Amino acid sequence: METREDAAVPLSFELNGETVAVRAAPAARLLDVLRGPCGRTGTKEGCGEGECGACSVLVDGRVVNACLYAALDVEGCRVTTIEGLHDGAGGPSALQRAFVTLGGTQCGFCTPGMIVAAEALLAANPDPAADDIRGALRGNLCRCTGYVQIVEAVRSAAAARRAGADAARAAAGAPS
Amino acid sequence: MSAARDAAGRTWVGRAVDRPDGADKAAGRTLYIHDITRPGMLHGKVKFSADAHARIKRIDTSRAERLPGVRAVITAENTPQIRIGFLRDNVVLKGEKVRQFRDEIAAVAAVDAATAAAAVELIDVEYEPLPGVFSPDEALAEGAPLVHETAPDGTPLTTNAMSLTFGHESGDMEAGMRAAVHVAEGTYSTPLIQQSCMGTAGCIAEFDTAGNLRIVAKTQIPFLAQRDFTRILPALGLAGRTVRVIVPALGGGFGTGLDTHPYEYISILLAWRTGRPVKIVYDRAEEFACLSPRQSSVTRVTQGCDAAGRLTFRRIDVVQDNGAYAAWGATYPSVMLLPATSLYRVPAVSFKAQLVYTNNPYCQAMRGYGNPEVTWPIESTLDDLAQAAGVDPLEMRLRNCNEPGEVTPMDLRVTTCGLRECLEKTGESLGWSEKRGRGSAPPADGARAHLRRGVGLASLIHVGGGGKIYRSDGSGIILKADDFGSVNVSYGGVEMGQGLHAALSVAVADAVGVRPENVVVNQTDTATCPWDVGTHASRGAFMACNAALLAAEKLRARIFAAAEDVYAEEVARNVAKARRRDASCEPPPPDVVAGARAADFDLRDGRLFLRERPADELTSVEFGRLLRAIHFRDAGTVFAVDAFYEPPTELPDWERGMGNLSANYAYGTQGAEVEVDTETGEVRILRMAAAHDVGRVLHPTALKGQIYGALAQGIGYALYEEVRTERGRVVNAGFTDYKIPTACEMDFPIDLHFVETNDPSGPFGAKGVGEPGLVPTAPAIANAIHDAVGVRITDLPITPERVLAALRAKRGEA
Ligand code: FES
Ligand code: FES
Repeated sequence: METREDAAVPLSFELNGETVAVRAAPAARLLDVLRGPCGRTGTKEGCGEGECGACSVLVDGRVVNACLYAALDVEGCRVTTIEGLHDGAGGPSALQRAFVTLGGTQCGFCTPGMIVAAEALLAANPDPAADDIRGALRGNLCRCTGYVQIVEAVRSAAAARRAGADAARAAAGAPS
Repeated sequence: MSAARDAAGRTWVGRAVDRPDGADKAAGRTLYIHDITRPGMLHGKVKFSADAHARIKRIDTSRAERLPGVRAVITAENTPQIRIGFLRDNVVLKGEKVRQFRDEIAAVAAVDAATAAAAVELIDVEYEPLPGVFSPDEALAEGAPLVHETAPDGTPLTTNAMSLTFGHESGDMEAGMRAAVHVAEGTYSTPLIQQSCMGTAGCIAEFDTAGNLRIVAKTQIPFLAQRDFTRILPALGLAGRTVRVIVPALGGGFGTGLDTHPYEYISILLAWRTGRPVKIVYDRAEEFACLSPRQSSVTRVTQGCDAAGRLTFRRIDVVQDNGAYAAWGATYPSVMLLPATSLYRVPAVSFKAQLVYTNNPYCQAMRGYGNPEVTWPIESTLDDLAQAAGVDPLEMRLRNCNEPGEVTPMDLRVTTCGLRECLEKTGESLGWSEKRGRGSAPPADGARAHLRRGVGLASLIHVGGGGKIYRSDGSGIILKADDFGSVNVSYGGVEMGQGLHAALSVAVADAVGVRPENVVVNQTDTATCPWDVGTHASRGAFMACNAALLAAEKLRARIFAAAEDVYAEEVARNVAKARRRDASCEPPPPDVVAGARAADFDLRDGRLFLRERPADELTSVEFGRLLRAIHFRDAGTVFAVDAFYEPPTELPDWERGMGNLSANYAYGTQGAEVEVDTETGEVRILRMAAAHDVGRVLHPTALKGQIYGALAQGIGYALYEEVRTERGRVVNAGFTDYKIPTACEMDFPIDLHFVETNDPSGPFGAKGVGEPGLVPTAPAIANAIHDAVGVRITDLPITPERVLAALRAKRGEA
């Protein structure tokens, strides 16, 4: 669905660290606002009914399906999409690197949602077992990979992040 | 042809280089059809039929036309008739009669998608229902209503049986049947399933001022699509205008892009009518109900063997429910012929396929293309036959194993064949000798006494060197070297996620002698790429890399010839530079440099050097610098070379089922260990093994991804997936009710093993691998279930209900 200008109301939130102000209809989905007026097409629509996870984004750090989330509900919230996940210097994050190197992406259509969901998992659990990863990604469908290399990529990225965090702590002289 | 090797003798081929499209995909920057817009673009929406078989009495579009924002409403009334499909039996906009629920009756173009959707709801259609046929049995019954009353040329039809004929008879069937000491037979069915690309179908069509068509289309066949679309231009008054097909990133293909689809023509008609770009993108419900699923089929199979377990004959009869119109998928039997005639050695084979029109949704291609449908009954009855003969099923397969050099009953000329090793490796990784036949013993733990474990395996043969089903099975390629030492590749095949560009970039890197990051694969576009028949039949990497090898040889020859003129000067510059750092530096012998001829040069990893002095920096020239030196001088030149690779294959005679359609054949074996819950009928996979003859590993990460991904699809096909229809209407058009495997279902170890047979036809020895991974999965699982609990399931998917019913029947319960 696209929004009708006439019924739209102002909406302001933080998107990938930037404040955005747009107009959205009361019934608009977050997905349409992100892909439309915000111009962030990295978030995909695979089903529009909460079944595939291609539209996964973070709202205040929590994974949601943007296809079911009312746009107006992110007023004042912090929204993170795939475009907002990087290493801090605009380069790929550990997860993004691992997905490429280990075969976690094929057609790539599920990949943004998959990486966003994996990001939320690693934030909550820095050292997930394979079963934790599969459980956390069960709402994200992928038709190409059979998930094996996705799970490998998430494990490898988790290890890289832990090593990075250890290194950072060591550099700061903090006790590990 | 051999590849350039680095100083350590390594090639890029076979190394896990990051795939070139990976970083953008992981960053969410890749553009799919859903993400693309054009200035002034309108949104199109199709009005689909609300009946499976009916006369259209009236179509009233007036309310839709009056809706603000609507720019065009089209029907059969106000547009030229366009016939499409493999048999030209499908009229894009139906005016007289509908033959399936998804028939296209009208379409709207509006300023936004919401308005287009609202307008379609305002179109009123009045139907006069007709009796329908919803299975091949109903369709072939005496006096059954006809789906098509006439053939496309107007000849009256008297039956729903389609005119396509596929068959095969070879060997002495009577003798084969007489020689059989044991016989196994059965009737096996496969369901309709949905390819389930995560990115749905769509296109954007537009015309320029002169009437040339430009269409961005989610297709696997850009050049056949160009031909199809060009064909309709005269009907639009645009004879002689051109068509350009541009392929965006595909959110999966899996066969859905092997035909041109009604929605694409509708988008073209709307663009023609409005003079604006028109985009149509299917939503998930439309993708399920209105694209086209994989055919359902029923196969009767009989096989016999002698006392030693050697096959003496095989008979196969397939009936395929085609639905209302013929797509390319109607030619599944062309591929069914491979396992029917050539999986294991069988001296006498009979194969017949009957395709039937029904009022079900019309079907199209999906990965494997008829092969899984027939491998499933063959491999299931082979286990029954082994049991009857008292031979271990793995041993039985080894006794009948295909061998290199063999010419099969279908006249397939087997070059290399790694089947024996695939069987052995699969047996090893399953622990076959310890586990097979132990399934009925309950596990020690009493609480788990209702669980039974078993192992099973099944094999496959598939085309590995193209598959000739069209009058050319070729692929063109253009390699262009730029001023900066990069090579641009224009190839007409389609990257749909499978890793074609990953394989192509390492192949070009080796074949030309540059680094993979200096290989740039262009977007597939009929205006810039040479012709390619399409990305199907597991042919993408095989064809692209073979074409690349041919072109690279030409490119190197031309560059080396031109290098003769500039080489001495470039080496002199090296020497001057080295002297500035170190005045005592020894220059290379002048005669070696001045006398260097084309044949003396080599190029590797972006560095031209003398074959005799591979490690010498002073006599080597960076590739980009060399190209600039050749370009920017009097009578300079630049390099773009093309090549066309046509594999050494033949177009089979389908009625006789004879012909060597591929340059090589891919083999493989998959095995499963399962645990069956005898109380609930649930089947849990404990482990799987997959050994595939891939010829040569081109790109290990992409290759593994092809097998893992196909295996998961094979598991979905085996255990859960089915598009359910009620009198032709799809009743589970969404992922809520149509389950594909999630990460949680893929929770078991998978042992992959690649057998490298180095096929002489293959680029670097490689065979095609796109489809094989899902071909033997279902029978491997079914054979494991049989090993566990002794029941033979004959219908896919193998649901808990079916397993329970079979267990009850075995126990003699009602
Ligand atoms: S698009 Fe939101 S879950 Fe599928
Ligand atoms: S990579 Fe294609 S759906 Fe996951």
